Amino acid sequence: MNEQVLLGLADDELVLGWRESEWTGIAPLLEEDVAFSSIAQNEIGHARAVYELIVGEDGDADALAFDRKLDEYRCSPLVELHLLEWAHTIARRWLYEVADEIRITALKDDPDTAVAGLAAKIDREEAYHRMHAEMWHDRLGDEPRFQAAVEDLWPYAVGMLPEGLRADLAVRTGLDLPSNNLLQGHERGTHTPELAPLWDEMTIVRRSAPTGAQW
Amino acid sequence: MVAEAEVWEALEEIPDPEIPVVSLVDLGVIRSVDVAEGQVRIEFTPTFLGCPALEFMKRAIEEKVPGAVVKVIQDDSWSTDKITPAGREKLRAAGFAPPAPRLVQLQSQVHRCPYCGSTETKLENIFGPTPCRSLRYCESCRQPFEQFKTI
Repeated sequence: MNEQVLLGLADDELVLGWRESEWTGIAPLLEEDVAFSSIAQNEIGHARAVYELIVGEDGDADALAFDRKLDEYRCSPLVELHLLEWAHTIARRWLYEVADEIRITALKDDPDTAVAGLAAKIDREEAYHRMHAEMWHDRLGDEPRFQAAVEDLWPYAVGMLPEGLRADLAVRTGLDLPSNNLLQGHERGTHTPELAPLWDEMTIVRRSAPTGAQW
Repeated sequence: MVAEAEVWEALEEIPDPEIPVVSLVDLGVIRSVDVAEGQVRIEFTPTFLGCPALEFMKRAIEEKVPGAVVKVIQDDSWSTDKITPAGREKLRAAGFAPPAPRLVQLQSQVHRCPYCGSTETKLENIFGPTPCRSLRYCESCRQPFEQFKTI
């Protein structure tokens, strides 16, 4: 089991789930309010399951999720971006789901059966996220504003995957891989300035009640 | 000493927290019950990973079968195909269209209205009040309904 790969997956799903939940209550359509809330809930559920797998039966998944320092997170810059703009939000949804499918498909063949089993379970749910993303991609694909958003975020989407999986992403999206220069600052392993305020918000309960909050 | 059959009977009485017309046994989430040397071990699988009812179900099992060791298994052993025939009928009677078997769903995109049985239904939203449900509308009896997602 490659722990760094799993941590990257879990951190992506946690942070993106957090970002998607920012649309709850303010999405442009009621249907999308429901959709983004559900997707966020699923992504955070996937993050929890992967953290639990990493720490093992007696480990503390919350500690792994929320007690790390900012630079210890393995999420990709794509999911960190604070995008309260619909064209970019949908562009990220679509790019993320295409890249995520490639990554999850690879994990389904992992020699560790616990990893492969969880990846297969996650994949069943992600199928509905992909349907949603495809629906929007079909609807907005010809719009210049959407195309510009995809172009903006494309280096980030490439930076989400290890080099060996990037060619597949280019084929599936029909886009050309960017040069190494353009990838700088967009790849996993670096962080955007937008992660710090999110980390602050995400960890504040744990930091203010280190011995555990009681509800 | 508790017999395995008694444990199953007890589990049949635990309603799903979000769709209480079906029990955990109807949903097919109880993967195994094992009684050995007086110790009851129960394994169960979540439906959707983000389901907030997960902890609630675990506690309900522990309360219903005192002393049992309850283990959550997060592998790929649950799909909506595990919902029992009785569970499907209970869902339908309560106005939730039961999930089609995976093989059928992959080959045809037919969704039947749980009220009038018509297949003239359309998707309103892939997502609904909980992760496991979609919203559809029946063109025949003009009734909106919730569709349990096939996963």
